[in-house]
Amino acid sequence: MLKLLWLIPALPCAGFLTLAFFGPRLSRRAVALIGPGVVLASAVVSWSVAMSFFLAPPPGGAFVQELWTWMDVAGFHPKMALYLDPLSLVMMLVVTSVGFLIHWYSTEFMAEDEGYSRFFAYMNLFVASMLVLLLGDNLLLLYLGWEGVGLCSYLLIGFWYTDPANGRAARKAFYVTRVGDTAMSLGLFLLFTQLGTLQIQDLMREAHDQWGTGSKLATAAGLLLLGGACGKSAQLPLQVWLPDAMAGPTPTSALIHAATMVTAGVYLIARTHVIFEVSPTAQFAVAAVGAATLLIAGFSAMTQWDIKKSLAFSTISQIGYMFLALGVGAWSAAIFHFMTHAFFKALLFLGAGIVIEACHHEHSMFKMGGLRKELPVTFWTFAIAGCSLAGLPLVTAGFYSKGLIIWNAYASAGGSMVLWLAAVFGALLTSIYTFRMIFLTFFGEPKAHVVKRPGAAMKIPVMILAFFAAVAGFVETPGFLGHAHVFSNFMQKALPEAVERRGLGMSELGSEAVVMLAFLAGLAIAYFFFLKKPALQESVTEPPVGQAVHRFWFSDWGMDWLYDKLFVQPLWWFARINKRDFIDSFYAAVAAVTRALWVVLRSTQTGRLRWYAAVIVAGTILFVALALVAKP
Amino acid sequence: MIGLLVRRNLLFILMSLEVMVNAAGLAFVVAGAGHGQADGQAMFIFILAIAAAEVAVGLALVLLLYHRYRTLDVDVASQLRG
Amino acid sequence: MILVWLIVVLFSGGVLAWIAARWNEAAARWISLAAVTADFLLSLELWRKYSAGAHFLPNGPWLVDFNAEWISIPLAGVNIHLHLAMDGLSLLMVALTCLLGIMSVLTSWREISQRVGFFHLNLMAILGAIVGVFLAVDLFLFYFAWELMLVPMYFLIAVWGHERRIYAAVKFFIFTQACGLLMLVSILALVFAHHQATGVYTFEYADLLNTPLSRGAAFLMMLGMFLGFAVKLPMFPLHPWLPDAHTEAPTAGSLILAGLLLKTGAYGLLRFVLPLFPEASRDFAPAAMTLAVAGIVYGAVMAFAQTDLKRLVAYTSVSHLGFVLLGIYARNDWALEGALVSMIAHGVSTGSLFMLVGQLQERTHTREMDRLGGLWATIPRLSGIAMFFAMGSMGLPGLGDFVGEFLVLMGTYYAGHFGLTVAASVGVLFSTLYALKFIQRAYHGPNTHQWKIQDLAPREALIFAPMIVVLLWLGVYPQPVIRTFQPAMQAIQQFSNAPGEAPPR
Repeated sequence: MLKLLWLIPALPCAGFLTLAFFGPRLSRRAVALIGPGVVLASAVVSWSVAMSFFLAPPPGGAFVQELWTWMDVAGFHPKMALYLDPLSLVMMLVVTSVGFLIHWYSTEFMAEDEGYSRFFAYMNLFVASMLVLLLGDNLLLLYLGWEGVGLCSYLLIGFWYTDPANGRAARKAFYVTRVGDTAMSLGLFLLFTQLGTLQIQDLMREAHDQWGTGSKLATAAGLLLLGGACGKSAQLPLQVWLPDAMAGPTPTSALIHAATMVTAGVYLIARTHVIFEVSPTAQFAVAAVGAATLLIAGFSAMTQWDIKKSLAFSTISQIGYMFLALGVGAWSAAIFHFMTHAFFKALLFLGAGIVIEACHHEHSMFKMGGLRKELPVTFWTFAIAGCSLAGLPLVTAGFYSKGLIIWNAYASAGGSMVLWLAAVFGALLTSIYTFRMIFLTFFGEPKAHVVKRPGAAMKIPVMILAFFAAVAGFVETPGFLGHAHVFSNFMQKALPEAVERRGLGMSELGSEAVVMLAFLAGLAIAYFFFLKKPALQESVTEPPVGQAVHRFWFSDWGMDWLYDKLFVQPLWWFARINKRDFIDSFYAAVAAVTRALWVVLRSTQTGRLRWYAAVIVAGTILFVALALVAKP
Repeated sequence: MIGLLVRRNLLFILMSLEVMVNAAGLAFVVAGAGHGQADGQAMFIFILAIAAAEVAVGLALVLLLYHRYRTLDVDVASQLRG
Repeated sequence: MILVWLIVVLFSGGVLAWIAARWNEAAARWISLAAVTADFLLSLELWRKYSAGAHFLPNGPWLVDFNAEWISIPLAGVNIHLHLAMDGLSLLMVALTCLLGIMSVLTSWREISQRVGFFHLNLMAILGAIVGVFLAVDLFLFYFAWELMLVPMYFLIAVWGHERRIYAAVKFFIFTQACGLLMLVSILALVFAHHQATGVYTFEYADLLNTPLSRGAAFLMMLGMFLGFAVKLPMFPLHPWLPDAHTEAPTAGSLILAGLLLKTGAYGLLRFVLPLFPEASRDFAPAAMTLAVAGIVYGAVMAFAQTDLKRLVAYTSVSHLGFVLLGIYARNDWALEGALVSMIAHGVSTGSLFMLVGQLQERTHTREMDRLGGLWATIPRLSGIAMFFAMGSMGLPGLGDFVGEFLVLMGTYYAGHFGLTVAASVGVLFSTLYALKFIQRAYHGPNTHQWKIQDLAPREALIFAPMIVVLLWLGVYPQPVIRTFQPAMQAIQQFSNAPGEAPPR
């Protein structure tokens, strides 16, 4: 079965080609069959590959399938090869499965859209690129998938291209992520130049052997890779693109900007974890970026009125948690949170999509309300996902994955009290903005008239995801709650286990208890502010300080403004004044001088015989005189 | 020479030229006599021949110019102006 | 002899087309199409025959060699040969010439309706001269072919161009001619220097290779030749002729300019400047690389600033050829081979972008972005193709340009030029700006001018399908191409590494 691995990215790719070439001529039914169909086939293949991986683990805990040699230049010979180990396996399963559910949902969500086949073509291309990213055996192939998903993200954010605002958001996303990609490509040059290969496993071995702990080169490489990861995963300081990316169709936001693509940075760092182990500085940078991002984005999420933007900031914040986990060396915890996050955040977006459609494309949460009775299925699934996001103790997946990260932020080798406090405070923020979202949307007075109710193709994927959002956490539980370690045991073959520090002043139970408290506190605050006494909101935001802070948080801490002033405006200014190319003016000046000389010299050619004769005489006299003067 | 420069009538210019050529020839003869050599007189014969040829071509051009412009004013014929 | 045929077929095809057009214009098109296709097949056949790359002739790294007496002045001891030779490098360039030649005939099928015969005569003459440039290994013959390219190109721009065609054509001619003369001076100086050293007048490439030169003289000669090639490339401060020439030329002209003429500059640097003046080139490399990176960034920013689609694409050439120059002067395996892949990929992707703009102009009679927009709705297929090539132009992995640029950057980094690598990577970043601007302003956005135009016609599909295939092929499996030119590049590197210097790897 493992030999079928190549089919997993090939199937969506084939779907893309079919839809791209024949899409406009196919009927909607056919498109709805092909688009999700190939992803389903891909998911089925990945599950069966996974089964045979579980049942008969390949030697060395990893399976490599070489397809062909990409290029071979003087010792640089990246191959088109797929690499399957527990890490890529888990990511692959999540991508294909969640991907399929979202495709299925889209068949109804996009049903009335003009670009039906175009949408599925892009989505299929995205799944194919994402799988190449995950399964790539060398960093160059990973980079191919990396840029491929960036392209699909651009195409899908700008899917409704007639609105220039969407195009602007799409281009912004592409530019900003490409800033990170530039850093990453520099990292690749550095790695290859120093270590002589881009094949990931060889690279890890060489990095471990050649670079001592704390090596400067390792730090440089780690920071450059982190730059790439920050771009793609919307982490500080490159997070500005993700909130705007919500201009795309909601299933896109669910698939690309919540569940899969934005976690590519997490995958990249987990994949190249040895470099970060060798360089504690780089690893600490990862943790710091994660902690800072999760707080900043958490604050911003609380102030948004657009339900999708609120979710976007929540995504940034949750990926911050994953970075934090990576930064403290809790590799498998990061991947665990990736998995649960993929379920509940995809579900939240899909639910938001239903709500937005139901309220006639209204994005503002303040204009919704009371939808609990109108859309019961959506409400319950959304609530489950929300609780999972906020970390409702014991019964939701998010509780286990986030609790594990918070505990590791304190207890693991790279952890510290500061990081733990940031993570706990982040949990409080998460709880507040999540319940704010739920209360504003589903509780209170009905403010919007429901115009469209979801059909089966939208409800069933949502329910399946809700199931996973609740139970997916039971594969990894803390010591005092059953002590299940299925996930980390499986991951252990690909990623090292987190090392606990010695002499801790707090137990895991204590940490979890504080997390529970944070959850409850957030719930209570949200309840008072947004359900019980909405007037309280104004008492906070009315005074000038409150207003300023609110505006500051709402605008993503003013970073858009800053980048606009720092980079965008100067570039535009230069482009505008130099459209005619000032270099050309130099050559134009040469031409102008020539022309001026022409004007001067032509005036001597009068065409008058006597003038010529006079000049001849004058010249003769001049030369004779010169000869006479020069002689003595 | 002054005649050549100040006159506008082409005929007078030609006459001035002839005078200048003859002046040069005279200078040759005088110089030859002064040095007691025959070269100066031989050169004058050359100059006579060239002057004759020059007059022939020059008069032909004058005739053509007159046909074209109905005048002998050289300043009118200034089409070569740059 | 087959090498002579490659050139003769093109020229005679042009003359035949010229004669035939007196009676029938379609015949002219068909004749030139047949000629250039025949050439393409010939080059493919050569490629197939020599794809193993191991058939070296005894007199050098050549796969095929043709040598005949041409001009001989026995008294002065001057012998100029009609010497054509082909190695992997020239083979690929000839194949690219013929491929783009076919495209240029096809793309002017409907666009050119006046003086069809003369047009095709010029087109074939340019192609023939370019093939000559790629094959000549006698410096006199090379210069002859080099100048031969100019005149028909001048006519192509000046006769069939757009509004400011005369200005553009004259500018093109003066720029290239002025620097071409510098090159002639260098060639003659080299020949005389060789005569001084050995007592033989020769223009033969292989003989001139190891001419002993004083350091200063070599540097001056190198500079002269470099300028001759750099203006064609075009290198950063010598580029202003290019946007004008590209913008005003007819589509076929832009295609040939971008796809082939610029490549002759890079080819000349590779074939002549590096091996003939190894030390001088090494001394000059930092300056050349800095100018190359300046060109990469400046070209990209300028492309972003344009509102005329053709001008935009023209400036992207400045940016892309900067990578080629960078790779040539980084002088290690990766950079050199990356430069070559870049050359080929740029020919395909930028050439296609010019054809796309040409087709838009044919349909809408404008190239101004402000008058376009929202075309995706009415021409989804052409828009999709435009998206594909725009992505190629911005170096998306999986397409040809990426392979080239990545190798060039990696080689530059390896050669120890960290700052230049960073700056050039920023240039790649800027390429995103112009590529997306191109897409946004022409194809996305609202269709404010209510364009309703015809989508991809079968003839156009025939043009773009091979280009797409080639670009993808270069992107995911460039190995056959790399294998073909590898021996040639190694030979060039061998010459350009002076004795005593460790080869930069």
